[in-house]
Amino acid sequence: MADQSTGIEQGGIKAFRKGPDLFRVLCWVASAATVATLAWIIVEITHQSWPAIRESGIGFLFGDKWIPNRGIYGVLPFLIGTAVSSLIALLFALPLGLSIAIFLSEDFLPLPIRQAIRFTVEMLAAIPSVVYGLWGIAVVIPLVKTFGSWAVVAFKDIPVLNTLFAPPAYGNSMLTASLVLALMILPTITAISRTALVAVPGTLREGAYALGATRWEAILGVIIPTAAPGIVAATILALGRAMGETMAIAMLIGNSSRLTSSLLAPAGTLAGLLANQFGEAEGMQVSSLMYAALLLVAMTLLVNMAGEFVLRYTQKRTAGIR
Amino acid sequence: MSSAIATPEKPVHKDFFHKAREARSGFRSLVNRVLSILCVTLAFLALIPLLSIIFLVLKKGLPLLTWSVFTQLPPAAGQIGGGIGNAVVGTLLMVGVALVIATPFGILSAIYVNEYAPYSRLANAVRFVAKLLTGIPSIICGVFAYAVIVLTTGGFSAWAGGFALAILILPTILLTAEQALIGVSKAYREASYGLGATNFQTIWRIVLPDALPAMMTGIMLAVARAAGETAPLIFTALFSQYWIQSLKEPTASLSVLIYNFSTVPFPHQIQMAWTASLVLVILVTIANVSAQIVFRKK
Repeated sequence: MADQSTGIEQGGIKAFRKGPDLFRVLCWVASAATVATLAWIIVEITHQSWPAIRESGIGFLFGDKWIPNRGIYGVLPFLIGTAVSSLIALLFALPLGLSIAIFLSEDFLPLPIRQAIRFTVEMLAAIPSVVYGLWGIAVVIPLVKTFGSWAVVAFKDIPVLNTLFAPPAYGNSMLTASLVLALMILPTITAISRTALVAVPGTLREGAYALGATRWEAILGVIIPTAAPGIVAATILALGRAMGETMAIAMLIGNSSRLTSSLLAPAGTLAGLLANQFGEAEGMQVSSLMYAALLLVAMTLLVNMAGEFVLRYTQKRTAGIR
Repeated sequence: MSSAIATPEKPVHKDFFHKAREARSGFRSLVNRVLSILCVTLAFLALIPLLSIIFLVLKKGLPLLTWSVFTQLPPAAGQIGGGIGNAVVGTLLMVGVALVIATPFGILSAIYVNEYAPYSRLANAVRFVAKLLTGIPSIICGVFAYAVIVLTTGGFSAWAGGFALAILILPTILLTAEQALIGVSKAYREASYGLGATNFQTIWRIVLPDALPAMMTGIMLAVARAAGETAPLIFTALFSQYWIQSLKEPTASLSVLIYNFSTVPFPHQIQMAWTASLVLVILVTIANVSAQIVFRKK
């Protein structure tokens, strides 16, 4: 922090300020507006969802049916869908992302190849969500359908798996959405984990080698434990991204409000619900959707704050080691 | 004396430990090698989906990609021909609106945060809020714009879409602009004050020109992000079959066109969605690459 060139008002420079600075006031207003934006978002969405909050209160969270034309609004299937799809996506993306981060921070292959892989993963982040959706419809849905019809037969008699892979096998399903979601959060996990791994001082690795550790003993025993808080932060921030991801999910998950335990059945998420129903909603449905949006904001804000705090803790910790 | 007893045992010991150590180190290096291979394999595995996406977008998007695609309106249900002209215009227009709204706020906030009061409570609040705003789902920006603009003006419009995108890109512009300002050498500032310049003169004539290329990078990244977004637009700008007449009416965009056409049962429309995807990916890539180039110059 010390070498950052910030601030006119530090040290003796402050003395040179001449008179009231209008530009300063302008900048202050812009800053205050930026901070106010977040508050405005929360207040406005709360305000809009007030009729629904008054009508259904906390029961909204536990209602398992969402039938707008009968005025029944329960958000539980979408809450569960958001949680399950994000967690499955993490389950796939974490090992893969961590492997790539390790690969990028080690010297298995020459630098140009590593840079090519890094560029590729960054490209994944640049592809628009809706293109992932289109690709998912063309590629992942047929794959999952094929896998699903195999899985329902193969896992018929295996206790837990036969509820997770229960017939009928659809293409638009929780599994399809989670797989594409995993791909979409991969760049987040890779980038932040890589930063954490690279920040581990070289002396620690050299120490491990000097004690006779092999490369992977050094990675698993020294480097990953040291970088662990950063990897945890990467996971949390990726979880936040996964929960808010909308378009690809809305195109792939099937948008059903029925609660099922099968990963091969259509499901829904909060973000997908908003994407699908806002355009044609009226009256109480708008208010209920606003309530759902408020829940989504609360969830993502909490997760992101947790991720930020872990990231800050990481920076402090590695600063101590250096 | 002791050596006489130890001598016959020594080779036995040596042999035993040696073998044990050899076996263990053989196992260790095997584990090491297996994990290395696994790691490299997984890294290359990540290439497959990306290559598949690029391949499909090119293969399915290129056949319809002609100049007339940019000059014609989207085909109606079941019809052949047409283009994505109004969607391209709509996307560019709404990204432009978003930039016009978000850039002043982002850059002025960054100047306050880095130049005027870096350690003030407001500056810390701005940094924290900007971080949190980057984490807010893009669809929430749409919900917010719906509440603030669509519900109050009574209709879907390009304004609402642009406003939603502005909220989305504000933190990107702010945080990159802050980094750009941090990159300006302190010696420049001190020299400027040494010559008797005021705060405003220093910022306007010395700091900002030097930080400008890096700020442009942030703005191009914001353009790339905004152009590809769909969620903030589907119920703010909605869609339109026609050329845009004013910012007060529903407006087409590439991303919403892809979304709408992806679910229809007409092959021609689906192919048009792929062509729109190709155009969108090219647009986003141009924005990203130009961001890198601007940054390298600096």
